[in-house]
Amino acid sequence: MAVTDTRHGERQSYILGAWIERVPVIYWALALLLLIMPLFTGEYILGTFIPRIFMLGMVALSLTFLAGYGGMVSLIQMTIAGMAGYMVAIFGSSEITALSLSWPWYVAVPLAIVISVLFATLTGWISVRTEGIYTIMITLAIASAFYYFTLQNYEIFGGQQGINGVHPPELFGVKWQNPMPFYYLTLFWAVLSYLSVLYISRSPFGLALQGARDNSRRMAALGFNVTAHRVAAYAFAALIAAIGGLLLTWDSGRIDPERAGIGPVINILIIAVIGGLRRPIGPFIGAVIFAILETYAADALGSLGFDRERKDLLIGLIFVIIVFWSPDGILGLWDRWKENWGRDPLTGMRRDGK
Amino acid sequence: MRTFASRHPIWTAIIAALILAFVWSLFAIWPKGLIEVMGRKKTFVQAVFHGITLGGVYFLVASGFTLIFGLMRNVNLAHGSLFLLGGYIGFEIADATGYWLLAFPAAFIVSAAFGLLLQIFVFRRMEGDDLRQTLVTIGISVVAADIMRWIFGSLTTSIPTPSWLFGSMQTFFISTVKRSGDLVYITYPIARSVIFLAAVVIGIGMWLVLNRTRIGMMIRAGVDDRDMLSATGARIQIVFMGVFAFGAGLAGMAGVAVGTFTGLTPGDDIKFLLTSLVVVIVGGMGSIPGAAIGALLIGLSEQVGSIYLQSYSIVLTFLIMVVVLAFRPQGLLGRS
Repeated sequence: MAVTDTRHGERQSYILGAWIERVPVIYWALALLLLIMPLFTGEYILGTFIPRIFMLGMVALSLTFLAGYGGMVSLIQMTIAGMAGYMVAIFGSSEITALSLSWPWYVAVPLAIVISVLFATLTGWISVRTEGIYTIMITLAIASAFYYFTLQNYEIFGGQQGINGVHPPELFGVKWQNPMPFYYLTLFWAVLSYLSVLYISRSPFGLALQGARDNSRRMAALGFNVTAHRVAAYAFAALIAAIGGLLLTWDSGRIDPERAGIGPVINILIIAVIGGLRRPIGPFIGAVIFAILETYAADALGSLGFDRERKDLLIGLIFVIIVFWSPDGILGLWDRWKENWGRDPLTGMRRDGK
Repeated sequence: MRTFASRHPIWTAIIAALILAFVWSLFAIWPKGLIEVMGRKKTFVQAVFHGITLGGVYFLVASGFTLIFGLMRNVNLAHGSLFLLGGYIGFEIADATGYWLLAFPAAFIVSAAFGLLLQIFVFRRMEGDDLRQTLVTIGISVVAADIMRWIFGSLTTSIPTPSWLFGSMQTFFISTVKRSGDLVYITYPIARSVIFLAAVVIGIGMWLVLNRTRIGMMIRAGVDDRDMLSATGARIQIVFMGVFAFGAGLAGMAGVAVGTFTGLTPGDDIKFLLTSLVVVIVGGMGSIPGAAIGALLIGLSEQVGSIYLQSYSIVLTFLIMVVVLAFRPQGLLGRS
């Protein structure tokens, strides 16, 4: 028995070793860089700029999951994030005591996430009744209904002013809204959601979902419940979006209709598409580009002698150009470039002989 | 219609009863009990009128959208931008020349021209690629919104109502009976009535063109089977361009109408795009009568809802959409 045990252990360590070897070096370098980031960045970059990339990336990741693996371009992901923010502001504590119930965080946070996931499941159930382009329209219509509702409703959602003074709980004696703790908090959740999407996409559920994307009729004939898979995908994506939304709300300390308005909803689509819908790293790449544009485009325009107000124009133009040339975003461009580079221009053969 | 009645007699009876009750509530003098529940009749009838007029404008925007989608499967999310552009052009023209009526053809022509450019440079290049069309047109609408904000500013732009449209007119709907026994009639702004009538005329005109002319026949054939139509030798690209320009032009004219009623603000492009999305989802993609019914339903639910449900009226609109999708995913008059 002892012999087999050792062998089993050896085999396990061998598998682990192979797994570690299989992860490219660049990933380890990136992980190390992200971990030691506080050593060489200022307070603004660390506490505001990079967390914003992670949070927007998470919400966009939930869209990438639905669109890339499920074939459903859902525009309600930002609305779900906003819903989570509103729910934590209403059930938890804020400065608007008339609206907040001030329940402890360990009730308010899970409740907010559960309600957001339920909301997304319901929306998913409605929108999976249709396909393709209809999904975009229906989810856009639902997102806008939520926006106008929160804008007009003062009794629950606080109307145009929204609810301010929503802060993360002081867990383990750490003030989580301070730059360094907030950086690690967002890093943790972004990495966790990235890995979970990666894991789910290779699980039987994820494979069935991709099958339903490619040929829903055949999957149904094989005995898979396509509708149930799609609705479940909405629920899973909502989990990521809701956590992203909670973090976004804690980051700004407030929630109001504009944070889940039509602009942010479309921005999430822009982020996901600029990055590329094929792989879960895409939305984070898109978020990096978007955050750079959002933060520095006005300054760049100003220094070039243009009107600083025309930042949206620049972002929109870049989006149009990318979509026009490469529907798969930056990742698509990268793949194409790699493919071309690996090919001999004269013979069209691959250089590595494959 | 007849097959629906024979298949679902109970539903038909319920719908007929609801319509009858609605018509009765418009014409009858309300008894005391009803006033206690529903408030004054004047408020209700005026909300209904506003809803119907708003429905007319929604119809103008949504019919272009649904026609373009039905024929070409093109999803033009820049439709709202064409609407707003038409409104601004109408304002400039009306302001420069002083003729309000001139604003409509000008807005029609400019919006139609931009629609043509969209069709030629964007949609023809990515035919059949829904997602890319959607993304590119969303991008274009973001860019267009910012350019229009740049040129026309971010304040509300109101097109002045011409003097002959000022004031209200008396309708034949009775509001209440005075103690003396005189009947009090409900009044309604002339401008809104004229614009609603124009929408009805345009709607009937569209129906006639679609159902009674050769071009209409080609469009209907294209909606049913595009490939077969082009195989018979019809110049399908020209039909496409014509329909796209017409749909875009209608949106532009609706922009002038809204600019006269309430004024235009940046952000209205998205608002009207979304409303026409809901109208088209409810009415059925590609169906002009569907767009008319959807526009009326949404306009009425918004206006009447805002009286009885206040801030929850948007939920009513949303509920209508959900109920339609749950029972008829292809829309009320859409084909599956």
